[in-house]
Amino acid sequence: MKQGRGGARGAPAGRTRWSEFAIVALIRVLGFSTVGFVLLIFAFLLREGLPVFFELPASTLLGRLWYPTFGSFGALPLILGSLLVTLLAVLIALPLGVASAVFIREVAPRWAREVLKPLIEVLAGIPSVVLGFFGMSVVAPLVRQWLGAPTGLTAFTGALVLAYMSLPTIISVAEDALDAVPRGYRDAGLAMGATRWQTTWRVVVPAGRSGVIIAGMLGMGRAIGETMAVMMVTGNAARLPLDAAALFKPVRTMTATIAAEMGEVARGGVHYHALFGIGILLFVLTFLINLAAARTILRRRRKGGLR
Amino acid sequence: MGTILRHAIRLPGLAGLAGLAALIGLAACGSGGEGRAEGGVRMQAAAGQPAGERTAVPDPEPSTRAVSVKNIGSDTLVNLALAWAEAYTAAHPQVRISVTGGGSGTGIAALINRTIPLANASRAMSGEEISSARAAGFEPLQHTVALDAIAVVVNPANPVDRLTIPQIADIYTGRIRRWSEVGGQDRPIVLLSRESNSGTYVYFIEQVIRLGRKDNKDLPSPETLLMPSSEGISAEVRQNPNAIGYDGLGYVTADQKVLAVAAGEGRPYVRPEAATVLDGSYPIARPLYMYTAGEPQGAIAGYLSWILGDGQALIQELGFVPLSPGGGGTR
Repeated sequence: MKQGRGGARGAPAGRTRWSEFAIVALIRVLGFSTVGFVLLIFAFLLREGLPVFFELPASTLLGRLWYPTFGSFGALPLILGSLLVTLLAVLIALPLGVASAVFIREVAPRWAREVLKPLIEVLAGIPSVVLGFFGMSVVAPLVRQWLGAPTGLTAFTGALVLAYMSLPTIISVAEDALDAVPRGYRDAGLAMGATRWQTTWRVVVPAGRSGVIIAGMLGMGRAIGETMAVMMVTGNAARLPLDAAALFKPVRTMTATIAAEMGEVARGGVHYHALFGIGILLFVLTFLINLAAARTILRRRRKGGLR
Repeated sequence: MGTILRHAIRLPGLAGLAGLAALIGLAACGSGGEGRAEGGVRMQAAAGQPAGERTAVPDPEPSTRAVSVKNIGSDTLVNLALAWAEAYTAAHPQVRISVTGGGSGTGIAALINRTIPLANASRAMSGEEISSARAAGFEPLQHTVALDAIAVVVNPANPVDRLTIPQIADIYTGRIRRWSEVGGQDRPIVLLSRESNSGTYVYFIEQVIRLGRKDNKDLPSPETLLMPSSEGISAEVRQNPNAIGYDGLGYVTADQKVLAVAAGEGRPYVRPEAATVLDGSYPIARPLYMYTAGEPQGAIAGYLSWILGDGQALIQELGFVPLSPGGGGTR
């Protein structure tokens, strides 16, 4: 004991070097295990979900009718339903989110910024079931009354709730992007005689453009995977959302389908495999969105923090 | 209605546990299920024995204490199963029964996977489920525990107050799209249904949408909104004058309008009530089941025979229909 301590105090001898090695190794293992877990999850999804592509022909899987209890597994309405709700949510949330980020970064006085930033983080912490309940009991009746739709449980209602949920992500990422725009750009704009508004919209926001795109993509990744709130407000009707009126009609998303039906299925049956098949699709979609976001980030770094 | 009752029943449940000492004699009777024993428990519960007394009495049969029974399945049955479990454990503190919903399919799947000994179902097991139970090494045994009517509900503002089953089938398959076609206002019809893991969903499709015919392959319109819970249906019916929904009679709240239903054109329109379900005049009624893996043993056998005896008295309070008039039915 004494000897060891003495050794450590003297030169960085055996013990120190050994413990340093152990800690570095531990951190490395933990870091790689994250990647390992993702791969294992994907392997599990593949194992449980791939059989469906052999059990059912592709034409059935991309069919228009989803009646799993009666043997029709046409996932097209679910895929399009998810895409419709997600894209609409991002279309609503992106302008709002970027505007909020501009306000927080460029316009708001210091004290307002100090209040707003933590508040937005609190927003991200609201459980989705609470938002879903709010959407079901407050937003849906309003949508029905204002738009004269037959029911308030529509794709649009789902998009509103999802937009609200993806706002915190979009605002904080967009704000970071604006923050990364060098001060010199602002000073130069103002020095050229541009007003503060012109500098913000024509110089700062375009300079942070790639960050804004990333914010949109991460918001989309957040929205497509959301389940509970969507299940509560979209009505879950597996109709094909192809007509223009589909926005104001119910839809069924992939996530809500998995959540609603997974509890019921017999392990190893066609329905079970089909739900995991949808899970694979969802995983791939989220992965592609995140990959695109990551590529944009990399490209921005290479160009020296801009564009 | 259901919630108030559940609270009312929970109270004697807790007090009964606290007054364990006084109940040991009754517990030793096991699953006898005499009316007198049940009455005795309620009195003890009301008296509210102090909890301290529990430690004063030696444990009578350590091996039979804390038998825990997991009971999962039908959401239709969940409130009733909960009321049964609470009343029964009050009388038999050595048995613990935990009740969870999730849908008939969920309960049956858990029974087949042998994670629970007792499943609740609002439909009979399918041939596929029975064969996977056999593959798992047991013969599922069906116990009819209560009767339930499926009520068809609309918003109270809707002037329609009766429909025939063929009309309901046409509404749900999308052949009738506006309320004016069945004597209502000129409004679109919004179809509400339970999720596909619900036994009520399967029953409704087979008996109403397909009119009970095996060769009929009709399905509900893809426009049908699938609600994840009974509460989802009642919330939408309550606030949307376009909506039509269906659910077990025990889940219909006062703010929904229950329709009178006729089996066909020219047949009498009947409202769902205990009397009309029992005499068979209400056309959409069904038995509710519990399933065991093979012949029930020990605590579960006792519990089931209590349900079919004294337990029947609780059924009507929860909006369901006992197996025989008066509620004291036996096997």
